[in-house]
Amino acid sequence: MEGLLFLTFATIAVLCALNLVLQTHPISSALSLIGVLGSIAVLYLLLGGEFIAAVQLIVYAGAIMVLFVFVIMLLNTGAEKQPTRKIVVTWISLPLLFTFIALAAMLIAQQVPKTEVVTFGGFSGGTTLSVGRSLFTQYLLPFEVTSILILIAILGAVVLARKEI
Amino acid sequence: MLHPITVTHYLVLSAALLLIGTLGVLLRRNAVVIMMSIELILNAVNINLIAFSEHLKTLNGQIFAIFVITVAVAEAAVGLGILIALFRNKETVLIDEIDILKW
Amino acid sequence: MSVYYSSTDHFVLLPVILLALFGCATLLFDFWLFPDARQRRFLVWFLLIGEAFAGVALWRQQSFLNQHGGSINAFNGSLVVDGFSLYFHWIFLATTTLVGLISYRYFEVREEHHGEYYGLIMLAQCGMFFLASGNELVTLFIGLETMAVTFYVLVGFLRADKRSNEAALKYLLLGGFSSGFLAYGFSILYGISGSTKLNEIASAVAARDPFDPLLFLAIATILVGLFFKVSAAPFHMWTPDAYEGAPTVVTAYLAVGSKAASLALLVRLLTGALSTAHAAWEPLLIGVALLSMTVGNFAAVTQTNTKRLLAYSSINHAGYILLGLVARNTIGLQGVMIYILVYAFMNLGAFLVLTSLASKGIAGEDINDLNGLMQKSPAHALWMLVFLLSLAGIPPTAGFLGKYLIFLGLLQSGHYILAIFAALYVAVAIYYYFRLVRAMFTQKQENAVAPTTSLGMKLALGVTGVLTLVIGVYPEPWLRFAQWSITR
Repeated sequence: MEGLLFLTFATIAVLCALNLVLQTHPISSALSLIGVLGSIAVLYLLLGGEFIAAVQLIVYAGAIMVLFVFVIMLLNTGAEKQPTRKIVVTWISLPLLFTFIALAAMLIAQQVPKTEVVTFGGFSGGTTLSVGRSLFTQYLLPFEVTSILILIAILGAVVLARKEI
Repeated sequence: MLHPITVTHYLVLSAALLLIGTLGVLLRRNAVVIMMSIELILNAVNINLIAFSEHLKTLNGQIFAIFVITVAVAEAAVGLGILIALFRNKETVLIDEIDILKW
Repeated sequence: MSVYYSSTDHFVLLPVILLALFGCATLLFDFWLFPDARQRRFLVWFLLIGEAFAGVALWRQQSFLNQHGGSINAFNGSLVVDGFSLYFHWIFLATTTLVGLISYRYFEVREEHHGEYYGLIMLAQCGMFFLASGNELVTLFIGLETMAVTFYVLVGFLRADKRSNEAALKYLLLGGFSSGFLAYGFSILYGISGSTKLNEIASAVAARDPFDPLLFLAIATILVGLFFKVSAAPFHMWTPDAYEGAPTVVTAYLAVGSKAASLALLVRLLTGALSTAHAAWEPLLIGVALLSMTVGNFAAVTQTNTKRLLAYSSINHAGYILLGLVARNTIGLQGVMIYILVYAFMNLGAFLVLTSLASKGIAGEDINDLNGLMQKSPAHALWMLVFLLSLAGIPPTAGFLGKYLIFLGLLQSGHYILAIFAALYVAVAIYYYFRLVRAMFTQKQENAVAPTTSLGMKLALGVTGVLTLVIGVYPEPWLRFAQWSITR
């Protein structure tokens, strides 16, 4: 069961990612990205990350993608005649990409012990309770620093995008 | 019967997404799509972190992943702000038409 | 005060808390008190007072370390205050203060004077603080991004200027890309050690073979990410563009602050957690250092834009600093520390003179804009001469000291060929810095406009110029400070 779920959603993720890179219209790319993010959220559930799966859907697929789609609509950029800089480059780079992925797969398969099978429910530490506890105790400092980061992001977006100051 | 799924499978998926994201950054001309490819790379990082978190049975990786998502949000917000400022002046988001500076 | 926020934690974090508070205060008072653009220069006082408070907090940490020795750990080992981090904190403090002093006149001239600027540079300094002090991956990553995101905004700060927009976009795309790689490397480090703390990662790394593929992948991706940030070739493509398009004062801050902070992280990782895997990273470092010096020097020769020229010169300096890390001995490391300190002052000084060339309608970035500077303002021309001599590494200026120590370190560790290469490239560097000198002293220019100046600029010019000379002429206390900082 886990195997089937993993294979299904991993395949969807990779296909959507490839589609993102190869589509000519930015909106199609954005929709493919939503596909990637959604299927990865399912994988997080399989890995025992309940909270992060929810965050992935709410923050990523919800907020960031809305932002992206909003900007694409606002800038009204249509399909490109030619998505990449040179067609030839695309046809050379795709086989190269698959070779690299195969190499990486072989390398990783040698390195990481294959004894431990990932089973659904094998790790139950990713609940909201435990994530929250860890976030406000052990990782209190980066959590607080994040507030500075977000303040800067808000400030930056406002400074750069407003019409008149 | 399917082969049992191990952490290795997740790491391979992550490496694949990293490479596809890199390809997107290097190949595409549209700045918005390049930013989406960067999101792909950050997602590869998150898969890595959460798979290791399962493997090691510790929570640290998942917490790190939450911070990576936050960073992605901040970068996207500022990046789209910059795009809007640029578009107001120059009416394009294709990076090979953004050519006053030499690259 | 609780287990999770003890009085030690507060003591360590105080400088950042003060900076963030004053940064927010700047934003607030900009809105409340100074609706008129001409009054905004009073916001510099907020910056100065904030930096003074942060300086007092840092001074207390320093005197604590002097009394008790060792280092202070805070937040359960997430932050560490030792000589190394304090050394960098002082550099960041000086840099931000000087940049604040030279900024207000520049933005008034360019008619883009917004109060947010002062808040942003103080918040960027908060990010730098965590880069120098962080001892744990999550804190380091968030610190790095806090700094980087601020710089994306600052580079695009001249919103009406197309070049500034372009520079910001290019910097953001490549910067985001490199952060992704860095985070990928961090995730693997977490995977092989099971912890995000650098101390525990160090022992996990020591237990592995340096050429273990996973570890090597982690090292390679982390180094790629950091080479982008310190603008070392072949990851330097954004540097000339971002430097040229950004407002000149931001270029100065980017060249000095951002680079010093990224180097702080690089040095801490390579001499700390990853030091046992040096066999894996040393060849990478040597290749990148040589390439940086080559690209930096030869591309700088043909530049006609002074900001681009200094950008390539900064790529070249990154190469020298990386060579100091290759040496892996105390002298080399001391050279790296001195080099970063000296680089901060001489580079700030050079950009300061360029800043003063900008006036209404003239960007002041072409090499011809330096023509006849000697007649217009001898003070500017002579100080610029000092900065250029120092950038080229000619005694008795401070730039010589850093290069000398790095050569010495290389010779001591037996890297003779590298030392010879590094020494030969100084000759090329002299050539292109001399082009600027010739423009200032021999070229004439009719109806020349006198350089823009202000009290803050005069003050900053004096401080950077005097320090560039003093560190070169009387190096003992600075060498002792650098020595103290690396003994931890």
